[in-house]
Amino acid sequence: MENKWYTISVYSENNVGLLNRISGIFLKRHINIESLNVSKSEIENVSKFTIVVFTTEDWTRKIVAQIEKQIEVIKAFYHTDEETIFQESALFKIKSALLFDEPQIQNAIKESNSKIVTVHREFFVLAKTGRRHEIDEMHDRLEPFGIMQFVRSGRIAVTKAEMRITELLENFQPNN
Amino acid sequence: METLKAQKKDSKKQAAIRITGAEAIIHCLLAEGVDLIYGYPGGAIMPVYDELYKFQDRLTHVLTRHEQGATHAAQGYARVSGKVGVAMATSGPGATNLVTGLADAQIDSTPMVCITGQVPRHLLGSDAFQETDIVGISTPVTKWNYQITKASEIPEIMAKAFYIAKAGRPGPVLIDITKNAQFDKLDFIYEKCTGVRSYKPNPEPDSKAIESAAELINRAKKPYIIYGQGVILGEAEQQLKALVEKAGIPAAWTILGLSAMDTAHPLNVGMVGMHGNYGPNVLTNECDVLIAIGMRFDDRVTGSLDTYAKQAKVIHFEIDPAEINKNVKADVAVLGDAKQTLDLLLPLINKNKHPEWRAEFDKKHEIEYETVIKKDLEPTKPGLTMGEVIEEINKASNNNAVIVTDVGQHQMIACRYAKFSETKSNITSGGLGTMGFALPAAIGAKMGAMDREVVAIIGDGGYQMTIQELGVIFQHNVPVKIVVLNNDHLGMVRQWQELFFESRYASTVMTNPDFVKIAEGYHITSKRVSERSELSSTVQEMIASKDPFFLEVRVEKEDNVFPMIPSGASVSDIRLK
Repeated sequence: MENKWYTISVYSENNVGLLNRISGIFLKRHINIESLNVSKSEIENVSKFTIVVFTTEDWTRKIVAQIEKQIEVIKAFYHTDEETIFQESALFKIKSALLFDEPQIQNAIKESNSKIVTVHREFFVLAKTGRRHEIDEMHDRLEPFGIMQFVRSGRIAVTKAEMRITELLENFQPNN
Repeated sequence: METLKAQKKDSKKQAAIRITGAEAIIHCLLAEGVDLIYGYPGGAIMPVYDELYKFQDRLTHVLTRHEQGATHAAQGYARVSGKVGVAMATSGPGATNLVTGLADAQIDSTPMVCITGQVPRHLLGSDAFQETDIVGISTPVTKWNYQITKASEIPEIMAKAFYIAKAGRPGPVLIDITKNAQFDKLDFIYEKCTGVRSYKPNPEPDSKAIESAAELINRAKKPYIIYGQGVILGEAEQQLKALVEKAGIPAAWTILGLSAMDTAHPLNVGMVGMHGNYGPNVLTNECDVLIAIGMRFDDRVTGSLDTYAKQAKVIHFEIDPAEINKNVKADVAVLGDAKQTLDLLLPLINKNKHPEWRAEFDKKHEIEYETVIKKDLEPTKPGLTMGEVIEEINKASNNNAVIVTDVGQHQMIACRYAKFSETKSNITSGGLGTMGFALPAAIGAKMGAMDREVVAIIGDGGYQMTIQELGVIFQHNVPVKIVVLNNDHLGMVRQWQELFFESRYASTVMTNPDFVKIAEGYHITSKRVSERSELSSTVQEMIASKDPFFLEVRVEKEDNVFPMIPSGASVSDIRLK
């Protein structure tokens, strides 16, 4: 089976220690987490982990089963890139002088749909949201001029299909 | 958690009592029906021990000589009684000494709650004296764990701990309690936990899957059952027997499934796995429908997966969805509690007999008998074999003892030759292979089933890993029978060295102490047997004794355990010599 990118979405209780428990599942199988994002979800008091891995579907399925087995995990899913809408965000900190001296930077900003978040006398900060390769391209274009700082977020994703978590949660209520 | 809160609002108000966290812990234990705990005191758990002192008429605390012993004793207790075992320790080294037992309970699905003390909340993360991140350390080896830092959390978390340890596929839970939470007061009300909204322990059986399973079984010409501990944990022994008898299916046990079915049953054909029986292993690759019940296709059971039961349709009865298709792909997966799913399956099963297929097992047994079993059980050479010791124990105990084994050659021999007529009688460390398990586990097993004969069978290596627990046997006069099969070697490793490392015996030869004198030092009646002529009468004397009894049997030094599937080989390539 070939390696592919899979986005694992985990709905869970918001408890201390769960991140450790989930990351341990990857560690134990020597599978690298390519990107990780934790946020609130569409349901009140339910957290959502978005984890990206590059591995086989068989491994992904087994990992998802192990994640779902954890007591405080409500439900875990995995999806291919085709099944999700996904984005990453990046911030570039660049010398302000370059904005005036290098017209190519201005072009890069316009063409890439990046946003200038703030401008200071010494530096300005550029925000770029998009697919990984778009951010990589932006990085490649800016790198020759010097990037003072760079950071990229983990992938965030929503699925094209419905997740039906609220329904699941109702079914999970114990009978008494 | 949300659910628990919601339930509390609905239920009738009980009167709260204002007590310390430490006392609350005792009340939680009592409310869960706990009357026996194993542990070791220390600084960060002292408030709880102070309460244990006050409640000693209702709650017995057994002081093991090492915290690892406390976990194994709790495991032995849990495995024999079906109840949750409880172990307690202080912070730091006390807590880290629990880790092996937690890992053992996790991999062997044993319900256990471990309670550890922790430094006060305000010192967390300061590298305080005896501070260790036990929640972090124990995460991969617990079903669930939690750190309590406020007294008010105690009742809800303790209730959840007991629920989770026992629900669905059981496992160990660790609750770490900071010292301030033990001293502080709370308004105590206890309500048992009946569910956690994010956890569905018992999947609803799917009637379609059960119908498909029945259809496969009814059509099968060579059906074969392998049953594991899921049958015991799910209390599905009667259902298993009914299925075996109704459909006339030969059944074999995994090491942890052993004792779920009477070993004398004509359709109970032996053990699968690395040192299992010849027929049960080889015929796995000849059956047409393989029915796995409450087992997880461990590598020691399957050997090479590439050549495992490829010809067979596989039906997997399993409570844990993560086990489905983990190692062996199931053609039909029946999720759910074994008792429930087998009950639904049974009416759909046609009465059947497979005498020719059953006879295949007899043919294979004859081959195994001639090459292996005869030498083990009816030896003609002067040196004693482990097998003949097990046979004597079978005879003396009418095949009805609880057999607690350690890890290694003696364990494999015991699981091959010990006879069982009652369930929950084979207590061993299967998944983790924890040397040192047997002596403390036997203490727990005896205390969990005082009416049963409990015999610990231990090698000379593993015995010395937890030998200090003789102190518990002496102090509490726990009438366990301890049999050390002494070959002056780490026998199983030595066997591998002989077979696969050209007999280079690296660190497997043991110069042993006088085990009899050591046991006598603890005032335990002790005997040593070196001659065949003394074996039978001494084993009988041991079983007849009402007190703890230690028996060292000097066995042949370099015997090997066969059959054997070499690591990574196919079950078809099992070696008989």
